[in-house]
Amino acid sequence: MSLLVDIRKQLGTFRLDVSFTAENGVTTLLGASGCGKSMTLKCIAGIEKPDEGRIVLDGEVLFDSEKKINLPPQKRRVGYLFQNYALFPNMTVRQNILCGLCREKDRAVREKRLREMLKLMQLEGLENHKPAQLSGGQQQRTALARIVVSEPRVLLLDEPFSALDGHLRDSLKIELRDLLDRFGREVLMVTHDRNEAYNMSARIAVMDEGRLLTVKPSKALFADPGTVQAAVLTGCKNIVPARRVSDFEVEIPDWGLRMETKQRVGEGLCAVGIRAHYFSPAAPQNRFPVRYVEEMEEPFEVIIQFRYSGQYPDTSPVWWRIPKEKKPQTFPTELGIAPANILLLYK
Amino acid sequence: MDWYPLINSLRIAAISCVLVFFTGIFFAYYAAKLPRAVKGVLDVFLTLPMVLPPTVCGYFLLVIFGVKRPLGAFLAQYGVKFVMTWYGGILAAAVVAFPLMYRTARGAFEAFDKNLAYAGQTLGLSDTYIFWRVRMPACRQGILAGTVLAFARALGEYGATSMLIGYTPGKTATISTTVYQLWRTNDEAGAFFWVMVNLAISTVVLLTVNMLEARQKKAVKA
Repeated sequence: MSLLVDIRKQLGTFRLDVSFTAENGVTTLLGASGCGKSMTLKCIAGIEKPDEGRIVLDGEVLFDSEKKINLPPQKRRVGYLFQNYALFPNMTVRQNILCGLCREKDRAVREKRLREMLKLMQLEGLENHKPAQLSGGQQQRTALARIVVSEPRVLLLDEPFSALDGHLRDSLKIELRDLLDRFGREVLMVTHDRNEAYNMSARIAVMDEGRLLTVKPSKALFADPGTVQAAVLTGCKNIVPARRVSDFEVEIPDWGLRMETKQRVGEGLCAVGIRAHYFSPAAPQNRFPVRYVEEMEEPFEVIIQFRYSGQYPDTSPVWWRIPKEKKPQTFPTELGIAPANILLLYK
Repeated sequence: MDWYPLINSLRIAAISCVLVFFTGIFFAYYAAKLPRAVKGVLDVFLTLPMVLPPTVCGYFLLVIFGVKRPLGAFLAQYGVKFVMTWYGGILAAAVVAFPLMYRTARGAFEAFDKNLAYAGQTLGLSDTYIFWRVRMPACRQGILAGTVLAFARALGEYGATSMLIGYTPGKTATISTTVYQLWRTNDEAGAFFWVMVNLAISTVVLLTVNMLEARQKKAVKA
């Protein structure tokens, strides 16, 4: 089970140029909107045609510009869950799911598989409902049922939670994750939401402006994003230009200070990232005098903006995020940061 | 009482409406897929009959299908004559009604959520199935509106019809040409009668449309 993608496509001034392989399990393409994530999925499904390159699924060539192979979507057996689910509005749940069984010629088999799928997706009793009468979660399950029943070799999920209300999202994430485990094949998901990417997948590929920056296990990506774009996409709030001083020391000119690192600093370092959670008045290392600027309250946390005393005037303040109950009574005069929490970012 | 104009008008409108239904949808579907430049040119050409005076359309039809013209003469060899025949009226009505069907259908197709078609393709449904069972039902309101408009326009066609098939009682007479002819010959009562007939048909058509719309809204809500 493997999916190999190596494609290029020019769209006006935008250029899509991605190449990766996905193995068993869920891989997420994480990127800002307009970075080419959905276009990549559409090329794999055969809805869009790349200018050049190859797409190979389980050893079968779906697209090859040199050999002039371009299978129509009908022959690719690639499941595609659209952002708005794309349920046929004029058909009932039952008819929608039967569309996924159109390759099955035996009527009795079709009926049996339909029954199984309705049960698996907890859609029993809703067979004769139209999509407009279903809740967001039921619509998602119907769309998934319709896809899974067609036995695709790979499942593509395009922002699967964006059409749902916030409170529904978390429970559906768990539901969908369990379902994908049972599906047991490659899943390629696209999202701009770092939490979704982290929740749902073992591997994350970071995309920016049509290019793939890094592919890493989710935990490793958040621990060490490696590039500025990846750091932004994983939610790092403080990203500041930096240069290497020695193997374990960096200089941050904007803040007018030097910091110790745990990781070895490589050549070509261009910036460091510090997640807003990691500042601490108690940390003994990398302690520097700070000055309070302002704060913003969230339900359970406070975001405090501060400046280092040696910081350049027209640089942005630094973000510090802390649970409300841990907020000190008076603002500390110095804040430290553990060397392990300094993310080294390269070009 | 001679009911010929009514029967003739209805059959001309009905047949041209069927022709326009298919050709309009065909062009609307393929025009939506064409590159922008070609689409613009084709669109102007296909919409012209809507903005040209119907008599000008009639003029062009005569130029093309007149018995002394190449195509007209060729067709006449096989006994097909569009000039001064009742079925010539179908041609005149279809040409004038075509843009109404084409434009409304195109509008509906352009508003269609492409993801529905893509989803169908990835599930393995054939393009033909997707067209008839997904796209058409999703666009049915626009297509229905276009069909009714085309029918109404075909029924009321006067200019191109009178140019191409003229007015021969019991042969090419339609309601609209009859009204004109009777009025011209000072038969005011006769003209009034056919005006009322026309009014009645138009009212029924519009009522039917409203009823269908209401039913559809109900169906969507349920």
